Amino acid sequence: MLTQRIAQQSLRRLAASQPGLVSQSMAFKKFAAPAAIMGSSLQTRPITTQPMKPSDSYEILVAQRKNRPNSPHLTIYQPQIPWILSITNRITGSVLSGAFYIFGSAYLVAPLFGWHLDSASLAAAFGAWPVAAKVLTKFAFALPFTFHSFNGIRHFVWDSGKAFKNATVIKTGWVVMGLTGVSSLALALFL
Amino acid sequence: MAALRTTSRLFAATRPAFKSQIRTRTMATVTGTATSGAVPPSQTTTVKEPAADADSKIKTFHIYRWNPDEPSTKPRMQSYTLDLNKTGPMMLDALIRIKNEVDPTLTFRRSCREGICGSCAMNIDGVNTLACLCRIPTDVKAESKIYPLPHTYVVKDIVPDLTQFYKQYKSIKPYLQKNTPAPDGKEYLQSKEERKKLDGLYECILCACCSTSCPSYWWNSEEYLGPAVLMQSYRWIADSRDEHTEERKAQLDNSMSLYRCHTILNCSRTCPKGLNPGYAIAEIKKAMAL
Repeated sequence: MLTQRIAQQSLRRLAASQPGLVSQSMAFKKFAAPAAIMGSSLQTRPITTQPMKPSDSYEILVAQRKNRPNSPHLTIYQPQIPWILSITNRITGSVLSGAFYIFGSAYLVAPLFGWHLDSASLAAAFGAWPVAAKVLTKFAFALPFTFHSFNGIRHFVWDSGKAFKNATVIKTGWVVMGLTGVSSLALALFL
Repeated sequence: MAALRTTSRLFAATRPAFKSQIRTRTMATVTGTATSGAVPPSQTTTVKEPAADADSKIKTFHIYRWNPDEPSTKPRMQSYTLDLNKTGPMMLDALIRIKNEVDPTLTFRRSCREGICGSCAMNIDGVNTLACLCRIPTDVKAESKIYPLPHTYVVKDIVPDLTQFYKQYKSIKPYLQKNTPAPDGKEYLQSKEERKKLDGLYECILCACCSTSCPSYWWNSEEYLGPAVLMQSYRWIADSRDEHTEERKAQLDNSMSLYRCHTILNCSRTCPKGLNPGYAIAEIKKAMAL
């Protein structure tokens, strides 16, 4: 900027003193002319505004808010140990309590309908099943039970304000999954 | 410069004559010895289209787009490709490059580009984070997906409406509340231990990454305060100088404000500042129960 200005000034002084000389110099044609013309041809862009009362602009905002879409959530969030295990904890809890309530109320009304839901008849019926079906059924019951129990311990630890570090949360998550797998297999196969 | 200016003023009288001489000549006229006709192409160089580098790393970015001026059109995923060799290392660099060089209509918030303003919070590859702190994965085969913060109302493209979030922050009165004047009439003193309790709490920049990663906040954002606001609430509950601790706790003592937290811990997992809102909420729950 400074050098440009100095060059311009000296050129102008030169032109003022010797007009003929400057008009024929190549340097002047290349640089000074655009610089001189620029000053006279600065573009102006008229800005148009429209007056708007605060109430009007608020109405526009309200109209816009009605149209706003909700951004995607569960479907795009990366599957991570914290929330996957949390939702599994909730599902297993619901399954267990649901099964408990269904069986409990069925047991309660069994005499009315002549069902045999006492332990002895259930055990006898179950004993007649093929081995594969027995193991699968036991596994299907053991899995939510063991998961919910182990993850419940994890939640108790959290409620005491401990084991909140990210690395710890991931580690305990894997431990719960491992214990669930092993213990539910053991329950299904050996119990 | 000042000296130059005064000297130029001395010549001001001579300037008009000089200027008119310039203006008689327009830019397009050719003067001097140049002959008519253009220089043939054989004597000039050729400007070629830029060829793709052999070692260019082209990565694809899928970006959520929605324009409020066309409210009836559904939000869509727009794909862009960038050469990572010509792009900065962070996701924000990629976004800025797309906006500057590819598609100026792409809209996003950004300000400090160094993780202190929290403007560029968005969901990148399924995780809420600040675009300026998130490196572009150099694996070119993996395509990156960029969404606005989950379960927020979209103002435009990846700009979410955080009005509710800020209102909730205001509702917890995030400032020191005192009934008694300072002992020395000047300042409220704290021991080093008391001050240390605020570490890991006061650093929060309110980018809303944690709140919008919380499924519980997704379903109950009208009433549940969410991890970010609850952590700030704890910041004032834990402050030894604040004298309204009981009021603060009483304000949270309902089924929705605090207890919609089910210790999912997405908040702590996603915090781009490495803070632990889950722990702060657990501490509030302990303070309420004990």
